[in-house]
Amino acid sequence: MTFNDPFGIIVVKVLGIFVLLVLMTLFTIWAERRVVSRMQHRIGPNRTGPQGLLQSLMDGIKLALKEDITPTGAHKAVFLLAPIISTGPAFLAFAVIPFGPEVSMFGHTTPLQLTDFPVSVLYVLAVASVGIYGIVLAGWSSNSTYSLLGGLRSSAQMISYEIAMGLSFVAVFLYSGSMSTSQIIEKQTSVWFILLLLPSFAIYAISMVGETNRAPFDLPEAEGELVGGFHTEYSSLKFALFFLAEYVNMVTVSAMATTLFLGGWRAPWPLSTWAGANTGWVPFVWWLCKVFAFLFVFIWLRGTLPRMRYDQFMRFGWKVLIPSSICWLLIVATARALRNNSTMDTRGLLVTAAVILLVVVGISAVVERQRIAATERDEAERGEREARSRRLFPTPHAPAAASAAALEPGEAHDA
Amino acid sequence: MIAVFWVCAVLSVAGGFGMVFSRKAVHSALWLALTMINLAVLYVSQQAEFLGIVQVVVYTGAVMMLFLFVLMIVGVDSSDSLVETIRGHRLASVAAVLALLVLVLTMINQATQSLALNIVPTGLEGANADEGGNVQGIAKLLFGRYVFAFEVTSALLITAALGAMVLAHRDRLTRVPGQEELSRERLADPATAAGLPAPGVYARHNAVDTPALLPDGSIAENSLPGALVLRGTTHDVREEVAVTRAAELASDPKQAQEEQS
Repeated sequence: MTFNDPFGIIVVKVLGIFVLLVLMTLFTIWAERRVVSRMQHRIGPNRTGPQGLLQSLMDGIKLALKEDITPTGAHKAVFLLAPIISTGPAFLAFAVIPFGPEVSMFGHTTPLQLTDFPVSVLYVLAVASVGIYGIVLAGWSSNSTYSLLGGLRSSAQMISYEIAMGLSFVAVFLYSGSMSTSQIIEKQTSVWFILLLLPSFAIYAISMVGETNRAPFDLPEAEGELVGGFHTEYSSLKFALFFLAEYVNMVTVSAMATTLFLGGWRAPWPLSTWAGANTGWVPFVWWLCKVFAFLFVFIWLRGTLPRMRYDQFMRFGWKVLIPSSICWLLIVATARALRNNSTMDTRGLLVTAAVILLVVVGISAVVERQRIAATERDEAERGEREARSRRLFPTPHAPAAASAAALEPGEAHDA
Repeated sequence: MIAVFWVCAVLSVAGGFGMVFSRKAVHSALWLALTMINLAVLYVSQQAEFLGIVQVVVYTGAVMMLFLFVLMIVGVDSSDSLVETIRGHRLASVAAVLALLVLVLTMINQATQSLALNIVPTGLEGANADEGGNVQGIAKLLFGRYVFAFEVTSALLITAALGAMVLAHRDRLTRVPGQEELSRERLADPATAAGLPAPGVYARHNAVDTPALLPDGSIAENSLPGALVLRGTTHDVREEVAVTRAAELASDPKQAQEEQS
């Protein structure tokens, strides 16, 4: 299914994708700083270039020119290899993302996509799992406790959330009857899969945040606990590569979400009535808008939510996300089989099932929460009895002499 | 195609050798990953895209698990012992290699014989075209002819996973202390209000078995995990510290004088 492009066109496409991804990274870093600033009533970088647009470029240059430190105890070869392994696959995944329909490029008609093959969505998963190696190896080769803990956390996190992610793909495969990105977009001509397979989209949207190590799931680089996590010991260009990989991965998962659930480059409803909306270079604009919408949500999440605790995060992944996506998959497969073997209209069935699933998940969440609340209440009551004389919030004891002098007039600290 | 074969075949064999001859278990795992990825490229170049991609997805995950096991069982920077723990495994390995050799030779023999009898092989393209594509062909075999074997394998894997969970399970004897209780407990005693002294602060021993030292040079017992103390595997650093201190004083007579006075 690879397109029969001449060598020159392939080179142009590869360069185009590379430049696009680097520009998107620079833009996203700038947008993140500006948007988060707005959310926190600050202004953000606005000095370098118009609206501070060149700030991330300058920061990148500065980062590259800084001293490159390799810790003495580090495993040199692996320490160097890790950022490369992390960045390379991030770019590779974009080879199968469709940006638009067939366009005319230097007098040659070719789809706006580098390549495609029958299992290209699985290819993105495979490439992502190679990328995890970069993080784990960085954690191991740094020979530092913080890095190692960050790397181990990240591998556990990404492997767990990759399962949920893969399961959310399966519903799309069942409905499009294909695993190639261009054919999945082809099958969304009349209705996008987000409407048909909403639970799958929700599961994918949650697991893509976990997969990219972004807030509120940025446990591998939790500053409060692990300094910088797996990249604690990295500096200069090697650190810049990790940074680049993180942002390229954000763009990749956003592009995958767009391809699988939002109709890829297809124009949204009111615009799709215009005949020229889905031909030529115009759809690239829709694609960009959709990807930027996802990137904005990434930034929004970071500006809004506190970091989750590790055990809560893993419990959520294994006890909520994976079971509910397996249930949803059963429903989708049943609906699909019914539709293949009878004339029944399964859309109503799917919507009903989705609502039921959401209600069940909601009820079980409420029940679980009440159970936890009940045990906490018991504990709190016991603690209250034990510490009736104590203050509500635990505070350390003041040094005896000083506290006696300082707290004489008012209420004395408990000693 | 031939170029891909020669590059990837050489790399995957090199990865195999590297895995066998590495001293450190972590290096072995890395070499193994190289072999797996090159095998995947070979599959894809043989028009078995699905197999190639699944090879990467499954085996990188598997090698990652191996990596974590190594880190957990062997440790971060210790090389593993080279003592053979399984009896007669050399003999078994030789037998397995011979069996594999016989298998490969038989296959080559069959292929050449059928060529000699003018039986033209279908070829990869033909095999894929018969079913309408590589993925469809594999699906038909997996869920048609070999569905029983496939289901039995999955049952086996589920049984193994359940078994591991049952073996690793233990009932909790005491209640887990909550966040609030822990912080109350910590702040109840002024000596520990700022946290316990952290272990392993020496550059040479970045490990929990190395105790912290108090300002007078004595060991802070509460900087070590209780389990390690009970097991007696903690590291006594007093002697080393004394030696280092003596060397420091010898090289700096002024400080030594201050110390004495």
